[in-house]
Amino acid sequence: MSFREAARDALADSQMRANVRRATRTIGMRRAAAVAEVPDWEELRHAGASIKEATLRHLDVHLQRFESALQQAGGVVHWALDAQQACEIVLDIVRAERATEVIKVKSLTTDEIQLNEALSRAGVSAIETDLAEMIVQLAGDRQSHILVPAIHRNRAEIADLFRQRLGIEDVDDDPRSLTAAAREHLRERLLSVPVAISGANFAIAETGTVCIVESEGNGRMCTTLPRTLITVMGIEKLLPRWQDLGVMLQLLPRSATGERMSPYTSLWTGVTPGDGPQSFHVVLLDAGRTDALADPVGRQSLRCIRCSACLNVCPVYERTGGQAYESIYPGPIGAILAPQLSRLERNGDLPDASTLCGACYEVCPVRIDIPEVLVHLRGRRVRERRVGAGERLAMRALAATFARRESYEAAQRAAQIGRGPLRHAFWPGPLAAWRQSRDLPEVPAQSFRDWWRQR
Amino acid sequence: MNAREEMLDRVRRALADVPSDERPAFEPRPLGQDSAAPSTKALADRFLERANDYSASVRRTTAANLAATVAEICRSHAAKRIALAPGLPRSWVPSEIEPIDGSRLDTAELDAVDGALTGCTLAIAETGTLVLDGGARCGARALTLVPDLHVCVVEEDQIVDGLPQALAALQPKRPITFVSGPSATSDIELDRVEGVHGPRRLEIVLLGGGS
Repeated sequence: MSFREAARDALADSQMRANVRRATRTIGMRRAAAVAEVPDWEELRHAGASIKEATLRHLDVHLQRFESALQQAGGVVHWALDAQQACEIVLDIVRAERATEVIKVKSLTTDEIQLNEALSRAGVSAIETDLAEMIVQLAGDRQSHILVPAIHRNRAEIADLFRQRLGIEDVDDDPRSLTAAAREHLRERLLSVPVAISGANFAIAETGTVCIVESEGNGRMCTTLPRTLITVMGIEKLLPRWQDLGVMLQLLPRSATGERMSPYTSLWTGVTPGDGPQSFHVVLLDAGRTDALADPVGRQSLRCIRCSACLNVCPVYERTGGQAYESIYPGPIGAILAPQLSRLERNGDLPDASTLCGACYEVCPVRIDIPEVLVHLRGRRVRERRVGAGERLAMRALAATFARRESYEAAQRAAQIGRGPLRHAFWPGPLAAWRQSRDLPEVPAQSFRDWWRQR
Repeated sequence: MNAREEMLDRVRRALADVPSDERPAFEPRPLGQDSAAPSTKALADRFLERANDYSASVRRTTAANLAATVAEICRSHAAKRIALAPGLPRSWVPSEIEPIDGSRLDTAELDAVDGALTGCTLAIAETGTLVLDGGARCGARALTLVPDLHVCVVEEDQIVDGLPQALAALQPKRPITFVSGPSATSDIELDRVEGVHGPRRLEIVLLGGGS
């Protein structure tokens, strides 16, 4: 389904729109307050952008540094070129552990590679332990927001879900009661399942450290109690140095939840004897990231730290919600990231899902110029012939018209003649949809050039 | 070519436009903090204010009253069997509780105690954060994770200004946990509920000098 079609369905769902609007406004206000408290926020944004940019520009060096530092600390490093390889690597480790269940920390990357489905096909059940991910998993649903994936569901729907799918009778729709039910349901698994799978918020090249930021404590449980831990991370998650965390850990929580710090930030380096998992694996994932890296304009998309601040200010996202994007990465960042991770083969129309208002760029903690990349990707689609012949011809004709003075002036005269009839004419095909929400600009009777000549 | 070589090769090809003499930037960028170092008193006040913002309970006490304060906290939670970090000073442990050596417990045993008593490696004023690093006063990670009550003693001179100062003082090789308030979720209609999988109750004791 195209974004246009999916968005039409989403726009008709007024409950979902109300849920999403309330959520984005609330988080947006919290973020603004948390950011206003930091006197040098702009400087921090610049620092964040330059740290990530420096990492990306020498990613080969940092990947090898990370690998050797982690190996020295007792970790095992795996390299996966695509989703399938990553899933196979994880499955091999799980099989070697003879595990039939794994516990999972919320991870967009493992959702991106559809790891749960791959595990399930191999007879291994993946238990999502983040409350929102658990709700999405129980409902057989899709996530609608990077940070609060179940935000399209209200408390009554969630209570119904718990009663039906978990068989918990004595739960009412108070979030406190629902949270307690989730704790009860997951507790024994969290304390006993021997293999856990996580993503990573950051990883440090010089030390081999992995960092996870979370609120509920399920992340701490998964990264501490099992005997084996597998972290699947995109290669863009690296930071060069330990002290870079001093910048990124100030930017991320304030941008994401509007908190000074999230309740729990865990950092671990390989294996620590007597404390935590004694077997630790990292799977470094490409899956289209090197394609994005190869595009000097699109490259900046890989700076993203998945804070979701851009979702909460986007007028398009606020109206359609996340599911219409049909990508694990929705909103403005999804509109540039998702197509690039598939060489524009999937989600190719997402760069059109924007008014180019620029609000996303203003809040981005690592200063990704999302409008610039959106426009660039629209151009790439035309150049790579991924749009219809009509649009390509129209753009080529426009380019030819603008290229020479004579043709430009001729077009101006044509517009003056046509201004009356065209305003009321029937516009065919896609032009009709475009016209539906726009008035044609008034064409002056005389152009500036004509006026200048007659002066 | 194996996956590792292939990926590194893809990365290098993707970065063909980056000048070959451009070096990776490794120079430190001290940012986000004022350069003037605040006094211990100012840091302690700020830590107290910020930790209170998380609705973590923070009590200020002196060395002479520490054990009594810990006893009072345990009493208020009806917590009797308390797992201790291995390196705690004896003077921190009140006689009213049943002390248990926290370093010898497995997960199920930790789940059965009433609470855990630890120190920390340092604390951050700006964000009201406790930092645990697996050292003798912190204990292994599970100690402050599985029991439902965590009582943490912060000494005033352990408090640093902000995150960059904390990171500079920490040893990356240790398992490190930053704790900023009790575990929480806002996943249902953004209503904040405190106490999920981490300890549902966090009690901080701020240990000051004389006054």
